[in-house]
Parts: sequence; C-alpha cells; structure tokens
Amino acid sequence: MKISWWKILSIVLLAYAIVGGLLLPVPELPQLGETIRNLYFHVCMWFAMMILYTFSVVYSIKYLRTSSFKFDIKAKAYADVGTFMGLLGYSTGAIWASYTWADPNNPAYASFGSIMREPKLIGAAMALLIYGAYFVLRSSIIDMDQRARVSAVFNIFSYAMLFPSIWIIPRLLPSLHPGQEGNPALNFNDIDLRMRIVFYPAVIGWTLMGAWITNIKIRTEMIREKNIL
Amino acid sequence: MESGIHFRALLKKEFLLDFRQQHSFFGILLYIASTVFVLYLTMGDIEAETWNALFWVTQLFICINAVAKSFLQEAKGRMLYYYTTTSPVVFILSKISYNGILMIVMNVINLILYTALLGNPTSSFWQFLEISLVGSIGLSLVFTLLAAIASKALQQASLMAILGFPIIIPQLLLLVRLSKTAFSEIFKDGAPTQIILLLLALDISVVILAMILYPFLWKD
Repeated sequence: MKISWWKILSIVLLAYAIVGGLLLPVPELPQLGETIRNLYFHVCMWFAMMILYTFSVVYSIKYLRTSSFKFDIKAKAYADVGTFMGLLGYSTGAIWASYTWADPNNPAYASFGSIMREPKLIGAAMALLIYGAYFVLRSSIIDMDQRARVSAVFNIFSYAMLFPSIWIIPRLLPSLHPGQEGNPALNFNDIDLRMRIVFYPAVIGWTLMGAWITNIKIRTEMIREKNIL
Repeated sequence: MESGIHFRALLKKEFLLDFRQQHSFFGILLYIASTVFVLYLTMGDIEAETWNALFWVTQLFICINAVAKSFLQEAKGRMLYYYTTTSPVVFILSKISYNGILMIVMNVINLILYTALLGNPTSSFWQFLEISLVGSIGLSLVFTLLAAIASKALQQASLMAILGFPIIIPQLLLLVRLSKTAFSEIFKDGAPTQIILLLLALDISVVILAMILYPFLWKD
C-alpha cells in the first residue's frame, strides 16, 4: 500500500494537535477556562470547510472550461466533505457555546434564539444552506451533462455571493463571538503564542484529513462511473 | 450595433407577451393584493420595525414569483429559436432589464397597498420609496440568474426559493438596515452612503457574473 507524504503529515499533525492540544499550557481566561482547547477543533473545522469549498469551486470552473466529467465528480466530492466538516464545526461550536454562552439559569433552548443571531453563525448557516441547495439542485436534474453544467454555474455564483457576505454581515450586527475586528482567526493578535503553535498545525492537519476523505470518495466514485469516463 | 437591435427586440417581446398573455401579469398583481390583505387581516396594528420587516419579506416573495415566470414560461422550442438568432449575453441582459422594470412596478404597487391597508409609519415616505426601488432592482438581478438555473431542473418554482434564500440574506439585511433611515433612526455619519455603495457593488458583481455564467447555461 502506498501512502503519500501528505497523508503521513496529516496523521502526524493531528496526533500532535490532539495530544498537544489537550496537554500543552493555555492562557487562563475567565469564562472560557479549559474549554479554550476546543479552538484546536472547532475553528479548524471552519477552515477545512472553507478550503474544501474553495477546491469545489475551482473544480467547477475547470469543469466549465473542459467539460470533463472527472472534474464534476471532484467538485461534488469536495462539496460533500466540506459540508460534513461544516456540520462538525456546528456541533463542536454547540458544545462550546453550551458551556460559555448559554444562560445557566434558563434551559438551553431559551438561549438558542440569541445565539443563532451571531454573525459568524449566520455566515456558516448560509454556507451550509447554499451547499444544501447545491445538492438539491443536483438531484433534481436527470441529464448528467446538464446536471454537471448547471450545478457548476450555481456553485460558482453562490460562492462568489457568499464571500462578500461573510465579510459584510459581521460589520452589521453586534457579536459575542471572538474575532470581531477584521477576519476571524486570521488576525495574528487574536491568538496567544502558546496556542498558535498548536492551532496552525491543527488547521493544516484537519484540512489534509478532509482532503484525504475526499480523495477516497473521488476514487470510489470514479470506479463506479468507470464506463462513462 | 446588432446586439443593440437584438436587445431592444427581446425587451419589446417581453412587454408584448405581458400585454397579450395577461394572466401572468395579473396573476402577480393578485398575489400581491391577497398577500397584503391577509397580512392586514392577521396583523392588526403594527409597529414600524415589524412593518419594515414584513415589507421586505413580502417583496422577496413577490420577486420570486415575478421573476420565476420569465424563464419558466419560455418553451423549449422558443429557447432554440433564441439560440440560433441572438447571443446569450444580450439575452440575459434583456431578461435582467425586463425583470428590473417589472419589479419596480410591483414594488410601487406593493408599497401603495401597504400604505392603504397597513398604514405608513415612515417619517420620510419618498426616501423609503427610493430605497425600496434600489432594493427591488437588486433582488430582481439575483433572482433572474437563479431562475435561469432553476429552469433547467425539476420542481422549478420551489427550487427558486431554496437556491435564492441563503444567497439573498446579506442583501436583505443591508436593505432592512438601510430603510431604517426612512424611519428617522440616527445613523453614524456616512453609514447610509456606505451601505448604498455596498449594494451597488453587489448589483454590479451579480450582473458581471450573470454575463460570464449564462453562456454556459444557454447550451443544451
């Protein structure tokens, strides 16, 4: 069995992120406490999601340029795994919020309304809804060539509309979520040095893991569609 | 030069179609009237903020219904005819312009009905009218391309809403926010101008994307 270097890198980085993430020192902050370690998992999921969606759009553009069915399979697979990462990002975020944001005096669902109004959550919800719509669109077109072409067009259009909104909405609404100034998690001053040495490797590790899963999906799909490729 | 003639011919065709097949045009008018009437019966007295939110949601649904028809009513044979006679960019631009004009008309009618039935809490009516016109043109731009996409699929009408809602959220938020200027809410200096510029930038990018992407949808 052949394992490429980046798959080994992914395993090493994730092992480091999990062990280091749970054991290395973190800044002690009120409210957050030890839950701050969730940063290595929660934020990485969103990074992985956006990077995988970007790959999906790149393959959609390639499909429109070449009409090669291979690229359509890749675009679909990257969108699939991106959505999976997004759902994981939501669930890790929900666990985190239940310890930090939720009102302890009221039942959890009472805080839900105010938590969902968070700009970052709206942006993430938009991304997931758009790709949900992408899958519905795909399944409602029967002709294969047309399905590939129309969904590629929608993928490019919605991605182009998604990005300005992720940039606009946080500037319109108030937020509890960290990273209010500028782009979340890309600002170097946001994160303590002690956390950065685990955070950046973790981002790369999770993204490579996502790419690995996609890779397997693409290969199985290619085998399934062997006679038309 | 030739594309200019095509553009005018296509635009004229849209209006002629509306004039001859009056059911679709009056269908939307009736849709607006019954929606606002239902709101009037169910809502009673409403505050300015609710009025504003309701207005934009109604506007969104009107837009989906009005714009959806522009591609859904094109028969397959007729699309083939366009394909042989004109270019995709001219075609999509004519659709965009027609839908923009249609939405302006619908917007004015909607606003009149709102004022008549649900009252008018705005402090400066003309300003609200201007903002709503800018907004409805923006909505019609996005939904024109989405209608073109949805027309290729099954269950077109419901697909329009699924495809459109997540994409339209930022524009809708900006519009709801901007229209609060007409309710004499105080803004930071330059904030309304900034929002208007953002909306214009979004509109321009949608038109450019439509011109780039529509040629791919066009081929069958």
